[in-house]
Amino acid sequence: MRDPGMSKAPVAPVASAAHRGGARGAFTLAWLAPIFLATGFAAAHAGVLAEDRADVLYHRYQGGGVTIHGPSVLVRKKMAEKYAVSANYYTDMVTSASIDVEVSGASEYKEQRDQYSLGLEYLRGKTIYSLGYSNSKENDYQAETASFGISQDLFGDLTTITMGFSKGSDTVRKRDTITDRVDPNFNEPIDRWNYRVGVSQVMTKTLIMVLDLEVITDEGYLNNPYRSYRYINPSDERLFALDAEVYPRTRTSNAVALNARYFLPYRAALHGGYRFFTDTWGIGSNTFELGYTHPLGKEWIFEASYRHYTQDRADFYSDLFERRDEQNFMARDKELSTFSSQTFRIGASYEFASTGWRFVKKGTVNIFYDRIEFDYEDFRDARYSLLPATDPRFRPVGSEPFYAFGANVFQAFVSIWF
Amino acid sequence: MTAPIIEDCSRTRSAANHAARPGTRMRARARGVLSALALATAALGSGGCGNIEPWVKPYERQALADPIMSLDRNPVSTAYMQHVFEAREGARGARGSAGGGCGCN
Repeated sequence: MRDPGMSKAPVAPVASAAHRGGARGAFTLAWLAPIFLATGFAAAHAGVLAEDRADVLYHRYQGGGVTIHGPSVLVRKKMAEKYAVSANYYTDMVTSASIDVEVSGASEYKEQRDQYSLGLEYLRGKTIYSLGYSNSKENDYQAETASFGISQDLFGDLTTITMGFSKGSDTVRKRDTITDRVDPNFNEPIDRWNYRVGVSQVMTKTLIMVLDLEVITDEGYLNNPYRSYRYINPSDERLFALDAEVYPRTRTSNAVALNARYFLPYRAALHGGYRFFTDTWGIGSNTFELGYTHPLGKEWIFEASYRHYTQDRADFYSDLFERRDEQNFMARDKELSTFSSQTFRIGASYEFASTGWRFVKKGTVNIFYDRIEFDYEDFRDARYSLLPATDPRFRPVGSEPFYAFGANVFQAFVSIWF
Repeated sequence: MTAPIIEDCSRTRSAANHAARPGTRMRARARGVLSALALATAALGSGGCGNIEPWVKPYERQALADPIMSLDRNPVSTAYMQHVFEAREGARGARGSAGGGCGCN
């Protein structure tokens, strides 16, 4: 993408480029697979396979000049109570005119990412063995991930230990920003290794806690090929110039999270969590979350939650470098900057066919809305320095206001158990 | 909460032998690792010695079995939101739950 600004790969091998702000280039998904496997497939505690279930979801993200929407379909089916298969199809349809696209001078673009995932589970005693495969494609990025996991119930089924490993292989391509053709000479790989360990523990009749640890290592072309850093250039009329970012070719991160869910004296639940994160790029972050779930009658469940996220910038991040090639590694990816975000969530679920209908045991209709506010502390809104000097909003390079934006995230989905 | 009661969780023979034998520092360390692995394997293989008395009885797990106590009630939605956050944040990982071990079923 021409979106010098959007990246993905670096930070999140995960998301489609799209989500990264729009960048074309998506970098991707290699990541979603482990996420999906960890949350979807292994969601059942060991000793019992997840119920037969189908979910059809529509998602829509809108914020920062980027709109991403599409469907996600997940189906899980048991066989002989010992085996289970899961399949997921997910799509991101992106329209992006993010701040990075604007600053680079590019125009709005559209792209699509399709992801297919397949999972297999085998239950033996109190142990569940799981295998997963995920494939994601964009027009300039491909990712494949294979996963293995094991989950074991212990101590009277009050403890569940889960271990997982994933291996991802990505291919980064680059499209010409003018002709939109793929550059045949640009083909860069990324290898990813992911190790997970988790313990969930029933503490009391009303409290369950979960501890998760995850180590991830990436090696390869971790840049976004469309992104640039900016540096002071007195000979340029804007007083700055752009050049291609340079990232380290390796990254290892560690994350540990503690979550708890508590059943209140009346029928409602509180949940809270904390995650600490650090990596070899110098990024450190803290995530706090607190939520409340309240059922109403037999049919309704309402939810509200608040999430607070903060992070420190990567060592090689700068909004404005002093000169070209100032250091070995240089980045101006806002996902690598110092910032905080706050997320406010509300949601409701309505259960239908509670007593069954034909092959359906029950079903739910669900709506969730999240409002996310991002506040950057060292990523400036460079659009102000691109304005004509006669414009009263003009600000010289290096003195632009810090960037901030809000995003609306909407989900609507139907789930049926069969 | 009452501490779990471990009734019959004796060490494996190999682990006990390793612990008793003297040796070089490196060999001792290797034996220590092997012993730990042996114990972990034995624990997994036997279902954690199997004889711990649950401090939350099966008939006391009504609240834990309530759908509102599920650690991941809507996996397709959870995966999507993790995708949204990981695409825009530097941090990643440790978001998957270890599975809800409520032991309700």
